[in-house]
Amino acid sequence: MHRSFIARNPSILIFLSLLGLFTLGVTVLSEGFGVGVISTSFVKTLGKTLCLCLIAVAMDLIWGYAGILSLGHFAFFGLGGYMIGMWLMYERTRQIVAGALSDGALPPTPEEVQAAIGNQIFGVVGGSDLPLIWTFANSLTVQLALVVLVPGLFALVFGWLAFRARVTGVYLSILTQAMTLGLALYLFQNASGLRGNNGLSGLQNLPGVDLPQSVVSLWFFWASALALGLGYLLAAWLVAGKFGSVIRGIRDNEARVRFLGYSVEGYKLAIFTLTACLAGIAGALYYPQAGIINPAEVAPIASIYLAVWVAIGGRGRLYGAVIGTAFVSLMSSWFTGGQAPDVTLGGYTIKWVDWWLVLLGLSFVAVTLYAPRGIAGALDRLTGNRRRKAS
Amino acid sequence: MKTLFTAMFCALLTTPLASAQSFPQAEPKAPSQTQDVQDVLQSQRALIEESSRRTIGPAIEALAGSGLPQVPRVLEAWQAKDMWQRKSDGLFFAGEKAADAQYRLTDFSDGEVIGTYPKEDLSQIKPNSGIRAMIATALVRFQLSDPDPSRRAAALDSLARDPQAGLLDPLRVSIDGETDPDLLARKQRLERLMTVSFGATTGERVAAIEHMSGDLGVDFRGTLNPILTTRRIVTETGENSVVAGNVAAELVPGGDELSLQAAYDLLVDQGRAPAMVTKQARDAALAANIRDGRVGGLPVHTLSSDLSRDTAYDALVATGLAEPRVTTSDVAEAVARHRFVDVYADPDPRVTTAAAAALNASQTRVTLGQAADLGLDALSLASIYFLAAIGLAITFGVMGVINMAHGEFIMMGAYTGYVVQQFVTNHTASILLAVPLAFAVTFAAGVALERLVIRWLYHRPLETLLATFGVSIALQQLAKNIFGTQARPLTAPGWLDGAWVINDVVAISYIRIAIFALALIFLGLFLFIMKRTRLGLETRAVTQNPRMAASMGINPDRVNMLTFGLGSGIAGIAGVVIGLFAKVTSEMGGDYIVQSFMTVVVGGVGNIWGTLAGAAMIGGFQKGVEWLNPSNTLAAQTYMIVFIIIFIQFRPRGIIALKGRAAGD
Repeated sequence: MHRSFIARNPSILIFLSLLGLFTLGVTVLSEGFGVGVISTSFVKTLGKTLCLCLIAVAMDLIWGYAGILSLGHFAFFGLGGYMIGMWLMYERTRQIVAGALSDGALPPTPEEVQAAIGNQIFGVVGGSDLPLIWTFANSLTVQLALVVLVPGLFALVFGWLAFRARVTGVYLSILTQAMTLGLALYLFQNASGLRGNNGLSGLQNLPGVDLPQSVVSLWFFWASALALGLGYLLAAWLVAGKFGSVIRGIRDNEARVRFLGYSVEGYKLAIFTLTACLAGIAGALYYPQAGIINPAEVAPIASIYLAVWVAIGGRGRLYGAVIGTAFVSLMSSWFTGGQAPDVTLGGYTIKWVDWWLVLLGLSFVAVTLYAPRGIAGALDRLTGNRRRKAS
Repeated sequence: MKTLFTAMFCALLTTPLASAQSFPQAEPKAPSQTQDVQDVLQSQRALIEESSRRTIGPAIEALAGSGLPQVPRVLEAWQAKDMWQRKSDGLFFAGEKAADAQYRLTDFSDGEVIGTYPKEDLSQIKPNSGIRAMIATALVRFQLSDPDPSRRAAALDSLARDPQAGLLDPLRVSIDGETDPDLLARKQRLERLMTVSFGATTGERVAAIEHMSGDLGVDFRGTLNPILTTRRIVTETGENSVVAGNVAAELVPGGDELSLQAAYDLLVDQGRAPAMVTKQARDAALAANIRDGRVGGLPVHTLSSDLSRDTAYDALVATGLAEPRVTTSDVAEAVARHRFVDVYADPDPRVTTAAAAALNASQTRVTLGQAADLGLDALSLASIYFLAAIGLAITFGVMGVINMAHGEFIMMGAYTGYVVQQFVTNHTASILLAVPLAFAVTFAAGVALERLVIRWLYHRPLETLLATFGVSIALQQLAKNIFGTQARPLTAPGWLDGAWVINDVVAISYIRIAIFALALIFLGLFLFIMKRTRLGLETRAVTQNPRMAASMGINPDRVNMLTFGLGSGIAGIAGVVIGLFAKVTSEMGGDYIVQSFMTVVVGGVGNIWGTLAGAAMIGGFQKGVEWLNPSNTLAAQTYMIVFIIIFIQFRPRGIIALKGRAAGD
């Protein structure tokens, strides 16, 4: 008897309803539409966390289910952010420039507007022309498509090269890390056409929307929640079906799956590209809430943190990735935001701003050593849920 | 009377106008009985008292040209502000402070002490810096033959800095008497260079150029360049004027060297053609002629394109309200009416031809030299990568353990060196002490990491990677907490400063040579430990088959621990070395970790020669890209990573792949 994948896995419904409740709760408590208990900046933090959860779901797909430890998914995340950032920055600058030029004696020509935008955006890096990659920056539709297409194509080419050469295991991890490093170094150059280490800024303003940030931040929050819900559903559907069985098979014994006649490289490439697209979408929602994107965001360490979140949450379980990411990233902002009380040990005061990373690093080692299933594993044991997936 | 005449003659000849041509040569004249340096000084008294940079030239030249033996003494005293004038009779003497406001005067001619005078009876000649520089130049001709070699060398320095035509002959004269071989070589070289610039005849100059052709020195190229500088001259074709001067090239407007637009701009600059109406000028004219919301017959709001603006402007031109536009045919016509010629600064074609050929020859050799220099650079970069990666070649290459904290071990080594330098101030001693200490510290850290973490994860490489990442994050932050975020210096001993200069193009700093030597030593050490010691044997046995090794009486746990410690310890020593030329920061490990892994992976895991080849390839490639695009080292690293990804398509197992059973997964 064939049952829907949702019916077979109640955790999906639980997760989605919790997400819905959470969204509703934040909306009610927000400044924009509710009683104003939660500040706008915290709404943004929560919205960003939802985006991070989405990329964590992608990471769990590629690592927890397919066994490919990619240390490059934050590169795709950043690319998605850059793509939407280009439109946001271009459109906003165009409005400002059009306003300034309309004061002149003659109405501005399109070339003058274009030149002024280029000057405005690229003045900081000593340029004045819009580079070729900004050709479609005036079109929201094209840039939205690029949010998915650029990371997807990048992953496709990289993945094809890497999987074709049968790079596996730790070698692939190191290679993906090198890819991220290469991209970050490339973006750091002014010649990259994305404003070098200045990055893109002012992304929190939606062009043409004259509403306060308290409202705009909620829009992004809802969008992030929706994206996470849909992404989770997609991931759950994928891993419940035959595709999920094959990629789990690849994780557990790649050679056997290959001998059974499956195109291992094809499956790997598919999951790698798909998760890259998901990461791109997550990034496109994240950076408008962060307000700024620069190449440091793409640095290899970000992708490592992603692996840390998923590992602490418990990989191989989608909700584990979400729990781990939400838990660790919120803890991170709590500790590094200076809200955590300092601890005085004898003559030495532990300032959490300084010591949080030490604690995180060591607890990560501890989790790897003693609790490889992470928080979700502990949760499973607690609820006595020892189901084995019937795959 | 005769002295006066001689001095006047000199003064006449050396007025600024004449000096542009050539100075009278300071041939040593036999000093006549009647001639005295005081007479010369008196003849120039007015100028010396005026002490103005603009007028002092003839006075200095008269002195220097007099050929009297006392002249250097006078000039030196003058330069040192030790020349005093007695107010009573206006005579000049060398003065020396005897007591408060009392000066002892000495005669220039015979060195006799004249007496001590109070300050108010004297006036000091105070040459300003400009005059002192002129005196210094005049002194050069005397100093070139000075008995003291260091003063001769100083004179040569000054001459090389500011060569003057008048000093060529004194230089030539001084060559004969030169005894010091180094100075002789320098003098001969300078004589050639100055002959190139100031030689009296064309033949002489051409001979000097050809003699030095292909020379690599910056000074030689610096001498030739002004000769070959060109200036662009525009004449009308209609005039049957021949272009005066030494023509380098006749330019065809519209060709590669001179675009039509550039040619026209040149004409505009020289006032030979009307300026183009730029968009700004057009828009300004339009804005100035708006009447009732219309300009040139068009409503203002329609002027939002270049086309409509041009139409409106043409309407303005038609009514005489604006300058007519310069059309393309106007440009072509104006350009066609003129000749564009590049003319050499040097008027002599034989000299410029020889100079161009010589410069070309030099350029070829400079390119070769630069290639050699690049090779050395690449070699030293490769040694750095090799050093950073050799510890990994043990832990990752031989043992198969991914240690992402390897970079942090490098950092720990560098910080150990920094701490040692806080206590031991002698740099040589501190580095010698830091190396074993760094080894000890990172060896201990490596052993601890192996015992506490890695031992439990031997069959889960991905989790080893993750756990060591955790360690890396913690160690990095720990270092930041202890040492702060600012970069700490690790100072190299003084004898490593400086560079081995082969010629003006090829040079390599001693520290890079030291790193290269160290890399070789480490290679030897690695080979020795792995192939010739008990530990190496046991390590290889344990890596290949731990259970078999255990049944032969080897304790695999101990061997793994020691091997891992050894790899970590070597990383610590590499850290000290890297810290010597790079800043020590808590993040320095991260700069090397990816490169190091790439080095090992590209080279081929499990083979030290592979690591060597990998380092050489990555270093060479990176330097090559930097050479093609020197302003951008970031791009070089990006391209390197792209290159590595493509490289492993062809050799997935690295340059030197293990074959057979040892290659297992």
